[in-house]
Amino acid sequence: MRQLLILSGKGGTGKTTIASAFIKLVKAKAFADCDVDAPNLHLIMNQLGEPKRSDYYGLPKAAIDENSCIGCGSCFENCRFEAIVAKGGKYEVDHFACEGCSVCEALCQVKAISMVPAIAGELMLYKDAESIFSTAQLKMGSGTSGMLVTSVKNQIKDAAYPDTELAIIDGSPGIGCPVIASMSGVDMVLIVAEPSVSGISDMERIVKTARQFGVKMAVCVNKYDTNLANTKKIEEYCRKEKLLFAGVVPFDTTAGKAINAGLSVIDVKCPAQEAVLELFDATMKLFRAI
Amino acid sequence: MKIAVLSGKGGTGKTLVSVNLAVTAVDAAYVDCDVEEPNGHLFLKPQELETTQVMVPVPEVNETLCNGCRVCVDFCKFNALAFIKNKPVLFPEVCHSCGGCVKLCPQKAMTEKAKEVGYAEKGLSGSIRFYGGTMKTGETSGVPILRELFQMTKEEEELSIFDCPPGSACMVMESIKDADYCILVAEPTIFGSHNLSLVHELVKVFKKPFGVVLNKCTEVENPSETFCLEHDITILGKIPFDYKLGALNSEGLIVAEELPEYRDLFTRLLGRIKDEVTLCGNC
Amino acid sequence: MKIAIPVNDDRVTVCVSFGRTALFMLLDTLTGAKEYLDNSAVASQGGAGIKAAQILVDHEIKVLLTPRCGENAAAVLKAADIELYKTSGDSVEENLRAFKAGELPKLNDIHPGFHNHGGK
Repeated sequence: MRQLLILSGKGGTGKTTIASAFIKLVKAKAFADCDVDAPNLHLIMNQLGEPKRSDYYGLPKAAIDENSCIGCGSCFENCRFEAIVAKGGKYEVDHFACEGCSVCEALCQVKAISMVPAIAGELMLYKDAESIFSTAQLKMGSGTSGMLVTSVKNQIKDAAYPDTELAIIDGSPGIGCPVIASMSGVDMVLIVAEPSVSGISDMERIVKTARQFGVKMAVCVNKYDTNLANTKKIEEYCRKEKLLFAGVVPFDTTAGKAINAGLSVIDVKCPAQEAVLELFDATMKLFRAI
Repeated sequence: MKIAVLSGKGGTGKTLVSVNLAVTAVDAAYVDCDVEEPNGHLFLKPQELETTQVMVPVPEVNETLCNGCRVCVDFCKFNALAFIKNKPVLFPEVCHSCGGCVKLCPQKAMTEKAKEVGYAEKGLSGSIRFYGGTMKTGETSGVPILRELFQMTKEEEELSIFDCPPGSACMVMESIKDADYCILVAEPTIFGSHNLSLVHELVKVFKKPFGVVLNKCTEVENPSETFCLEHDITILGKIPFDYKLGALNSEGLIVAEELPEYRDLFTRLLGRIKDEVTLCGNC
Repeated sequence: MKIAIPVNDDRVTVCVSFGRTALFMLLDTLTGAKEYLDNSAVASQGGAGIKAAQILVDHEIKVLLTPRCGENAAAVLKAADIELYKTSGDSVEENLRAFKAGELPKLNDIHPGFHNHGGK
């Protein structure tokens, strides 16, 4: 099973819009939403039925038994994450700030601290006769999103129908842990860029990040006609950096309306639809050549 | 007054709102908390930049003192230490800098050395004090850089605007921790309204007073506006969907400086926000 | 000497991931004895490859047969003088036979660490 991941660097460039179109065009038997912080793919994939849900446990977090706590402050002084707070002469753990290092547990003289399992999110797996869709929601304020992303990907691996050839993965913005985790084991990344100074700056950083992890890339420009000069800059950048250029998609309000109606951009006849079809063909050609 | 600007969904207009409010306020600080993909500097073009490297501590073994007891290796919850040929070996990129191995080593053979994860900088953009940071690509978390930024902004007494990263996870939480008020920027798509609901949860859990700015508004029904009305959320203002604004923004230009109608819009918005903050301060 | 290979729960197919495999099969080439080891690294948030490699080091493995290996795990294994060979196909028996016959190539293509969120 090969994997195509859609990233962007900058948020709001159109990853989910393009990912959902590709999923429909290729009739993907497996797809996933790795933006576990703010997942959106499920809003337009029109899944019927309830997903299989499972709790996702991050690292165990510290908990202080207030009856045993003698208020010595040893945990407070040694916590590097500002996760121990004073309260009424004793101490308690800030659940959001705790990173699960367990230094406090190791140093507590009266064994008042223990590491307890902490639910950090929920994994969801939709399955129908043809395909599987793996997604998750990180519990608000949680860390360990990289591991949840890995769980989303492992779910595809475990649940995919044996004849699945291609999995399409909708990624998250940024360049940190969840993005890095999503890149693991991927055959190609399609970077969706937008032609603004912010978009270009962010695209360069995601390209640099993907290079560091040795992942093959192609770039496309969404909303390209909002700034033709910048689109040209992106094309030149790709030429200079020897990056595969997959195509462009125009800004199209019809596409936006389709999404809001729960449809994919390829379900409605509009300029964006044609462009996405061409982009799809070009991307699949590049993908097969890898 | 510390105001955080967040959105959940990326690309809704956090930087647009943050930068334009800052220049409208004139006497203000702008803090770019999105250290993974910073954009504020592209608009404010800060001068006289002072850069500080941001370092995190990672352990280092003194091999002569180490007796191979393995306490450090077995303790590490992040698997950053392996034990090979009787000595601990560090994998710095997985190390969370908790200091546990150093504190627990019975032989006092572990010390700490500094590893660079990025940099923080401050500068001036006209009268606006600019604070920003950049995480090195390949690093996993920008939180240490944020902490440095917050240290740097401690002396700011007037208005400080914190331009947050997208999402609602640890980076965003860190960014809104000390905020007096939160502005949630929403776009009129179902993606936008869905993610708005996520950050709405976040600000409620953190007990922050907040209001919403609706961006890219057209006459068509706005799912984010519907969400606000259904949940009795204060709508601070609306920014229209405007090709002119988009074009200027895509060139790194500040619309409140370029177009009088936006100077007016952001002046009104700033006034409304100041009123809300005062009101909430009295609650 | 002892050889290790990451295997799935069925114990007959090779696992595609080293760091997050459910089990390791250990084979003593002298006695022919087989042992199955639970990979406690699978529960790790991060650093699974490092921890999995550590398990092998602690069990005095000399050779690892695996389809792929991340750079951190490889660093641990190489420092401990463990040799890496690349498996082909997913039959455990077939790969063991191929190794003994000198048909398996060395594993040279080490992928960069994904901050230990790796595994295809």
